[in-house]
Amino acid sequence: MKGLWKIFSKGLVVENPIFVLALSLCPALAVTTSVVNALAMGLSVTFVISMNNLVVSIVRNFVNPKVRVPIYITSIATIVTVVELLLQAFSPLLYKSLGIYLSLIVVFAIILARAEVFASKNKPLPSFVDGFGMGCGFTLAMLIIGAIREVLGNGTLLGYRVMWSSYQPALIMILAPGAFILIGYLVAGFKILNNYIERVKTKRGETV
Amino acid sequence: MSAEIEYHEQVSKLIVSSSPHMFANTSIKKIMWTVNLTLLPAVVFAVYHFGLPALQTLLAGSLSAVVFEALTQKILKKPITVSDGSAFLCGLLLAMCLPPAVPLFVPIVGSFIAIVVAKHSMGGLGYNIFNPAHIGRAALMVSWPVLLTTWTKMTAAVDTTTSATPLNILKLQGYDVLIHTFGSRSEMYKALFFGFRNGSIGETSVLLLSLGGLYLICKGIIDWVLPLTMIGTVGILTLIFGPHGFMTGDPIFHMMAGGLIIGAFFMATDMVTSPITRKGRLIFAAGAGAITVLIRLAGGYPEGVCYSILLMNCITPLIDRYTQPEIYGGRK
Repeated sequence: MKGLWKIFSKGLVVENPIFVLALSLCPALAVTTSVVNALAMGLSVTFVISMNNLVVSIVRNFVNPKVRVPIYITSIATIVTVVELLLQAFSPLLYKSLGIYLSLIVVFAIILARAEVFASKNKPLPSFVDGFGMGCGFTLAMLIIGAIREVLGNGTLLGYRVMWSSYQPALIMILAPGAFILIGYLVAGFKILNNYIERVKTKRGETV
Repeated sequence: MSAEIEYHEQVSKLIVSSSPHMFANTSIKKIMWTVNLTLLPAVVFAVYHFGLPALQTLLAGSLSAVVFEALTQKILKKPITVSDGSAFLCGLLLAMCLPPAVPLFVPIVGSFIAIVVAKHSMGGLGYNIFNPAHIGRAALMVSWPVLLTTWTKMTAAVDTTTSATPLNILKLQGYDVLIHTFGSRSEMYKALFFGFRNGSIGETSVLLLSLGGLYLICKGIIDWVLPLTMIGTVGILTLIFGPHGFMTGDPIFHMMAGGLIIGAFFMATDMVTSPITRKGRLIFAAGAGAITVLIRLAGGYPEGVCYSILLMNCITPLIDRYTQPEIYGGRK
């Protein structure tokens, strides 16, 4: 159990997909203009990545290594299509605002990376947990970026006004340059956080 | 005997050191405050021309830049160097590129972006790729386009009317309306030369800005090649691509309008972000002038000095690489 928690939790901060591994930066720039979009994207990716890790882990012993990447892509594409159809059926508005990026989940680097690095070498349960942890880390990162961009660039959070009434939104935060600048600073912030965690860990290691 | 003593005294004065042996009595502090001082006439004129709101914007911009620099250096545990005047200059130049009556948060946010994002995130003075003041202005322009293009004409007289800058009139209504607005062509040149027109706080007075620029050239702080080439390129290109066809342009208007004079003398010549060699400066200035004309005549914005300088800043390292002078004895 403790091992599973370790696999799950490393995706959140220590190996956060966006801020530390720097994978899948494209959706982090493109669909984080509001918290709702970021959350929907994060949850979709979490679902796809954990399901795909499960599938890849189950079939890992039957796949010829030479053709493994096409197999992985087929699996990812199937799951993404399921997500896409579900969203289209139950939340057409969200489907519309995510646009092309929903189908682009197929080619997100983080999903293929986890299949290749983790799921193809581990048992189904740890693989699923790893995918779920990475998905949660991705969602967390998307939520942080989305919240800051929506508050500064639109003056709202989840659609509710949070800034004072005379606040004039800084449009740059809604546009691409604001996202680039913000992600740069957040990467720096996670670097500081991880250094701090490392220091605490080594200190604890010495005392124990 | 006495000759020998004399010889020894002379020898002790000879210091053995490696090259370069030339010594110039300059420092960052001296240069930055000189540049600040040369901007003073234009600043005084701006306050006279646009009134108190302009003074507020200028003070907010420059002082907040100093505060942000001190805070950043404090947080990063670097030596605090606000007294060298570079942050003050950055904030002042930024405020001079803003319309006179913007809300006070605009120059403060601009200074924050200029100092914290564009300067210290890159490593501080000497390490920034882009001109910080122009990054601040570009970010403000993207963030609050309406505030940054609302030109409120305020003179010593009380009446306050919103009207367009000369380049705005040119863009939206054409050259003939522009002449009509000022009365005649010579009236327009006079207004542009002395600075009695609408525009950003510090850009209006061609006379005072050029005097400041000339002083800097005489002092050897900036290279005459850069402003001359940039203004010249704008003049030649606008003459060629006139409103009524080939060679019908009005180069004198284009050379004096907008932020070209302050841009060419004070922004493009920034020591950190412009090329080191004279050949490089020539390429840099010609490129900046060409992009300015492109934006003014064919682009969506009425004025393009800010963007043209930022775009050329990107390729400054490249220019520097390809214009390196040959090392003595390098070529066989």
